[in-house]
Amino acid sequence: MKKELKLTVNGQPYELYVKPKTLLVQVLRDHLGLTGSKRGCNDSSCGACTVVLNGMAVKSCSILALQADGAEVLTVEGLARGTELRPIQKAFLDHGAFQCGFCTSGMLMASTALLLENPKPTKEQIKEGIDGNICRCTGYNSIIRAVTAVVKGEYKEGK
Amino acid sequence: MSKYSVIGTRVHRVDGPEKITGSAKYTFDLTLPNMLYGKILRSPHPHAKILKIDTSKVEKLIGVKAVVTGKDTIGKKQGIWRRFPELCDEEILCRTKVRYIGDAVAAVAAIDEDTAEEALDLIDVEYELLPAVFNPLEAITEEAPQIHEGVELNININRHIEWGDVDEAFKKCDHIREDQFVCSSQAHVCMETHCALAHFDYNNKLTVWTSTQAAYYIQALLADMLGMREGDIRVINPYTGGGFGSKFELDSAQFCAALLSQKIRRPVKIVLSREEEFTATKRRTPMYYFLKLGAKKDGTMLAKEVRVITEGGAYTAMGATALYLTGFFSSFPYKYPNYRYDGYRAYTNTAPTSAMRGFGAPQSTFVGESQIDMMAEDLGIDPIEIRRKNGMTPNYEVPGQAFIQSCGLHQCLDKIEEHIKQRGKLPPNHGIGIACYGFMSGGIFNWFDTPYAFSSAIVRINIDGKVDLFTGANEIGQGSNTTLSMICAEELGVKLDDIRIHSADTGICPPDLGAWGSRETLHNGNAVKMAAADAKRQLLEFAAAKMGGLNIVHDLDIRDCRVYLADRPERGLSYYDVVKEATRGKDGEAIIGRGHYTPHRKGMISPAYSFGVQAAEVEVDPETGRYKLVNVTTAHESGTVINPVGIEGQLEGAIMMAGGYGYCEDQPMDEGKILNPSIADYKLIRSLDMPETKILEIDTYEPEGPFGAKEAGEGLTNPTAGAIANALYKAVGVRINTLPITPEKVFRALREKEAKKKKK
Repeated sequence: MKKELKLTVNGQPYELYVKPKTLLVQVLRDHLGLTGSKRGCNDSSCGACTVVLNGMAVKSCSILALQADGAEVLTVEGLARGTELRPIQKAFLDHGAFQCGFCTSGMLMASTALLLENPKPTKEQIKEGIDGNICRCTGYNSIIRAVTAVVKGEYKEGK
Repeated sequence: MSKYSVIGTRVHRVDGPEKITGSAKYTFDLTLPNMLYGKILRSPHPHAKILKIDTSKVEKLIGVKAVVTGKDTIGKKQGIWRRFPELCDEEILCRTKVRYIGDAVAAVAAIDEDTAEEALDLIDVEYELLPAVFNPLEAITEEAPQIHEGVELNININRHIEWGDVDEAFKKCDHIREDQFVCSSQAHVCMETHCALAHFDYNNKLTVWTSTQAAYYIQALLADMLGMREGDIRVINPYTGGGFGSKFELDSAQFCAALLSQKIRRPVKIVLSREEEFTATKRRTPMYYFLKLGAKKDGTMLAKEVRVITEGGAYTAMGATALYLTGFFSSFPYKYPNYRYDGYRAYTNTAPTSAMRGFGAPQSTFVGESQIDMMAEDLGIDPIEIRRKNGMTPNYEVPGQAFIQSCGLHQCLDKIEEHIKQRGKLPPNHGIGIACYGFMSGGIFNWFDTPYAFSSAIVRINIDGKVDLFTGANEIGQGSNTTLSMICAEELGVKLDDIRIHSADTGICPPDLGAWGSRETLHNGNAVKMAAADAKRQLLEFAAAKMGGLNIVHDLDIRDCRVYLADRPERGLSYYDVVKEATRGKDGEAIIGRGHYTPHRKGMISPAYSFGVQAAEVEVDPETGRYKLVNVTTAHESGTVINPVGIEGQLEGAIMMAGGYGYCEDQPMDEGKILNPSIADYKLIRSLDMPETKILEIDTYEPEGPFGAKEAGEGLTNPTAGAIANALYKAVGVRINTLPITPEKVFRALREKEAKKKKK
């Protein structure tokens, strides 16, 4: 029996009918076509599906879509302002903070949530902020450098 | 002014903007209209005869559109060693027998994943269980069950390498050490699991989008296994979420998706679950090492004897190459005048072991670098000194095996020595260990016996000056598309932004053997450089004619989109104008450059080798055995650095992966069943565990490489486990000879050491 789900994704309101067991990541990827959020596991241990839900980092494979009823969800597709990249995205580019890119959406969203919560994290806090996200390519240090550069204000919003 | 405009500069990855906006589409993300979802049924038994597979219940389930078993195949066995039929031993869909927990027995295609999953439960497979063997040392005994018909003692393959007179040389040694080591397995853990979307259409043409390291191999192997011609199969590698050696053989997702699609003529997509990824794809080869090393008092190493038995798992896979390479790299990076290697690969009823980043060399480097430190201590020689005394130098021939041209090992040792000195006196329970390593820069193994060049490229210059670069190279995250675009831009004299790269689509790109053996920078880089040079020559012929009386092509060059006289740079033309005129002059035919590269007369392994030295610093808690990787500093020489951001990424990523191999990654098994098939249970180095990393730059030039470049991908995975082992010994005086070196092993060794002390 499908149920009604209303949620806002990247500023766009949606009304959908989903099965109760549908996961948020399935709604994002399969129903809305937002494939930027990835799935690297089935038990919320890799972090590739991380999105920002009401300002918090959430692994979208670990909550039911219906639990997000009424929520504001931000995915990697909604990160840029129009076509203007956000500081965290520019920093990832400059610091080579990704290789295969499969974990990158999750990393960007985990970092975004971290900076929303704490705009001036220490290096240790940055490491903690992304510790739930696995990256098999970079070894994390370039990601930490990229987030640090944003924290230091090296990238201006909207430029 | 720098010698180069593009090479050596810090650029954004060419796939960067797509990847940081979530726009990059991986195979995992693709769907086609009318597409079905496939799932694979796997054996729960390590060794069993298949008596009967009953699919009648499945066929009645609404939503199921196709079921295949081994009976639907043409009965071929796959293997990459096409010249050696006995090494092609994997059916993928088993017909009569399963040989490990995870072997595929059937596959279904249904309208959605849930239905496909449900369908698997309705397939009845009747097995007759057979005795199984899991340990390679047991597998090669008379009592062990035979895993493959006609393969005595389960010995899949053996390799022998020898030079000098080892037995004589040992007699001349002042000191001989004999040691044993065990190297564990490791999972690749690509973030994108193996997946494929196959579409067999009504024109009898098959298109497969797949997460692969070698689109051309998949094309050729699918042709073999489906009884098709290669030309009727197009394999496209879109963005790929990591490979690390796991994705250059034909896998069950690719084969089953293609077979199902062939049966039903609808697109079929199969994505392996993370559990399947851990249990039913290939993994790093566990190895049992027996080493004998002999030296003179002054530290000159005269002889080395290496015996290895590897756990092959159920099939050959790329294991034969891992067996050979671990033998070859056991001599690295030292000049042993006498050397003997004997390696045996045993079939076992476990998941097949195969290629993984480093390809046998992380194992040989761990054991070799551990033992050389032990030797140095026995002889009372500094670990750096003993390595300096025996280390390879430029223009060295490994007898009968390889010729090494550029080699910066000694510069690396100097830099690391400086680093250790700078670090000064260490706090208590800290230790720094070092490990030297070397690696091939582009394996030259033609397993396939293909007549194609190893790498090839096509450069097409459009009339607006923009360049389309077509290459069979496979971008899997390592950055080959960026590096190759940089090489193309540099050679042609245009901006990086002028290049649009098309890679790893067998329908439009010239063949390339794929991303393995650290091939792409050197092999494909040379092909791209040659193609760009060919296109450039065509442009310069026109420019020369135009620039008044000059008829020597070499007097002209292109840089930063300007064609100019090499000796009088102030005289020049716009590159864009020259392109337009040259195209018009060729009666409108586009300017197309071609390039290819196959190493000839370059020995058995590779046309070039990279070298390096790594120093790992650990901090140990002697109470618990827990230790922390504090700092890993690496002096790596990879010739001319094409893409510095890329090298940093490869290096740091390698430390994560190789540090994990040394420290925590493992696949414990019970009766052939992998006990930790999830990311939650498979321990990886995470952001909080990651040490500080530092790169010490070394300047070398490799004559065989494009602009003097060589590899910077796999070699970096070799040293870390050995450096950790040596660091722990320095810190707390315990020596661990088995991987991974878990805190538990350190704890036990510390207790043992204490107990011994008390006895005395």
